[in-house]
Formats: sequence, structure tokens, C-alpha cells
Amino acid sequence: MIRKTVANVEEALQGVKDGMTFMLGGFGLCGIPENAIAHLVKMGVKDLTCISNNAGVDDFGLGLLLHKRQIKKMISSYVGENDEFERQMLSGELEVELTPQGTLAEKCRAAQAGFPAFYTPAGYGTEVAEGKETREFNGKMYVLEKAFKADFSFVKAWKGDEAGNLIFKGTARNFNPAMCGAAGITVAEVEELVPAGELDPNQIHVPGIFVQRIFQGKNYEKRIEQLTVRKSN
Amino acid sequence: MLDKNGIAKRIAKEVKDGYYVNLGIGIPTLVANFVRDDISVEFQSENGVLGMGPFPFEGEEDADIINAGKQTITTLPGASFFDSVTSFGMIRGQHVDLTILGAMEVAENGDIANWKIPGKMVKGMGGAMDLVASAENIIVAMMHTNREGESKLLKKCTLPLTGVGCVKKIVTNLAVLDVTPEGFKLLEKAPGVSVEEIVKATEGNLIVEGDIPEMDI
Repeated sequence: MIRKTVANVEEALQGVKDGMTFMLGGFGLCGIPENAIAHLVKMGVKDLTCISNNAGVDDFGLGLLLHKRQIKKMISSYVGENDEFERQMLSGELEVELTPQGTLAEKCRAAQAGFPAFYTPAGYGTEVAEGKETREFNGKMYVLEKAFKADFSFVKAWKGDEAGNLIFKGTARNFNPAMCGAAGITVAEVEELVPAGELDPNQIHVPGIFVQRIFQGKNYEKRIEQLTVRKSN
Repeated sequence: MLDKNGIAKRIAKEVKDGYYVNLGIGIPTLVANFVRDDISVEFQSENGVLGMGPFPFEGEEDADIINAGKQTITTLPGASFFDSVTSFGMIRGQHVDLTILGAMEVAENGDIANWKIPGKMVKGMGGAMDLVASAENIIVAMMHTNREGESKLLKKCTLPLTGVGCVKKIVTNLAVLDVTPEGFKLLEKAPGVSVEEIVKATEGNLIVEGDIPEMDI
């Protein structure tokens, strides 16, 4: 067994520097690497490029890094729900590259799986396809999209083991699996870290080969963005 | 004239037994409330769930189980969770039978715009570009006119496009229309709405042939 465990978030984030490109898992605030984000804020690294489906909310998630002006560029599919983000974007302080959600996921997976680029129909005929190569297959038009390149991936899982194997819960899985192994170093934080052998190999969502560092996260807030409930009878 | 629930109720009639359906944010989300009980349908949400159920009871919400609108949800028996790559594989690979989404503008050739107003609003396209580029069966749910009373069914979209030539059917507060090579074809009018009102509210080419029946909802 190859051990991937590190003692804490400080050790997990060693080597993080100004100007780097990060992938961060999560959809809205669901399944985001809360510990890694909190530590990036604490480290004060700046001029970051962040690849993440969303940009957090004003006072949580990536919103915390935006608030401290640590992010130079965001690559996302949906950035509503964040006033500070909107302000920085409209004033030109923040560079934003909007990418269709399925394309964003596939650009991560392509990096993970060793594809330099792929064709997708998403965005053909729109401003997203401007300047990109297009090609017809079977009578339909496609856009050539390139794999992402990133220095670190920060992902969050429900359970993990010492070998770096990961299991996710519910819709907190989202972009996390595709980002594993898609950057130079993948850092996984988990709610529950167990010794190797305790997780059923049949149930692993991400094999440990895609993870370089794993640590037990702390104080998960797991904030709900839109609480919608039914009244019980 | 229909309200948002009325539009959702009419669209629900387009949902057939055995369909996997992706519902967008807004009016489309309401469609789930009106689908017949005697047919089997599964709702997909692109953040990674198939077999979405109703909102949870108070106190039973789980931060790890949400839909693409970031709302807390439940799952029904037979549901599954998956990652974003798999989710968009379902969409891009045309395994989802019906996509229902909102729009700011639709053009008579089926172009749709719903993600950006230059200089004013840029929330992003989310999964909309992937959905409209791949879905065979797309229904747009929207109001016929905007807040200023201007038509949203146009000859040509003025806003940045989400997809080209992809919309097949539109259900508005005034009418049900098909998008045909010749333009918008009026199929049904909403209760209490005249054909003249629909003609007046439609900027793009509108085809009206014979008597137009009233929606049965």
C-alpha cells in the first residue's frame, strides 16, 4: 500500500505559491474543499487562477478568496449569487472565463485521462466558440476544447483511506472525481479518514492513484445555499 | 392568460411515460408538480442526480443532496448519484429524453438566448449550452413578452446566444408554438387569449393556419 496521508491542511498545501492555477471541486457550496479554501485565505497567496463550477457566495467558499482579492482569474460555468464577484468582474479587477458546465467537467477529465483536447457540440455558434477550431461530424458541428492545466486540485470527499481512495456522498460528488489526478498535485480532504482495508474496494469512486495527499478535514460547515422544505403534516 | 403554474401545467402534458427529463431553473422546476401520477418519469439534475423527489420535510434536509438550483431535495426509489462528467455524458449522449428550460429570447429559426445581458447581467450559462446543443427535444417555458411588453419571440435574437437552431417547442403565458423552418407555428392559445393578441405579442414570423384550439389544461 502506498500511503497518501498527511498530518494536516498545512502539510497538504505545501508548495502552493502565488500565480498558480487551482482546480476546486464543488457545485455551489455542495462538496467544496472547505479546509483547503480556509487555508489558502490564511496563507494569503495571490494572483490565483481558480477553476471551479461556481465562485461561492459573498462570505463562504471561493467568496472568501475573492473578498481578499487573491483571485486573478476565475474559470466557471455559473457565477450568480455573489455580489462581490459581480462587482470585481464588472469593474475589470477580475478576469472571468465562462465555460459551459459539461465542457468544464470534460476539460478536467481530459486532463486526468491524458486527452489534449476533445470535440463538443456545446457552445457552437455562440461567443464561447469564438476563435476555436470547429469541425463537422455526421452532419453536426462541434467545437474543439482543450484540457485544463493546473498546479493543484483541491477536492472534498465523504470518506477516504490512507491509500487515497475516495467515496463521495450524494450530489457532493459533482466535479470532485474528474479533478482528481487532473493537476500536478491532487489534495483530497475527507470528513472521515480510515485505515487502508476499511473501505470496500467495490464501493470506491476514485482510486488512490489519482490522489497525492489526503487529510482528515475539520469543522465542516456544509452550508445550504437554498433551503427548500415541505411542511410536515 | 396563464400564470407560471399554468405554463408548467401545460408543459407537463408533453412529459410521456418512460421519459428521463431535465428541468431548468424557474418555471421548468414547477413542471414536476403537474406530471400525471400514472406514468413513470425520472427527473435528472445536471449536478449529479437522477430520480429527484420532492423537497425534504422540515428538518430532514441534507446539505449533500441538492439540485442544480442549489435547492435541498430528496430522492425517490431507484435514484442514483453521479459525477459531473457522467451527468453531461447523459446529456451530450442524448440519453435524456426531454429538456425544459427558460429563455430571455427565442428566434424564429430556433436560436435561444438565456445567459447574458451585455453590461448588465452575467451569471453564466451553467449547463444550458450543453443541454441545448445536444437535446433532441427541447421545450422553452417563458413569458411571451418581457417586463417592458416587448416580444421575446423574435426574428433574430439580440442577446448573446446559448445555442443555434435548437428550440422545437415553446409554451408561453399566451400560446403553444412549434418552431418550424418557416417560423413560429401557432398550435394552441391560452384560455381567454385571442389570436390577435398572440400576433401582436410575436415579433418573429408567426404562422396561423385554420382555427386555433384553446389549451386543454
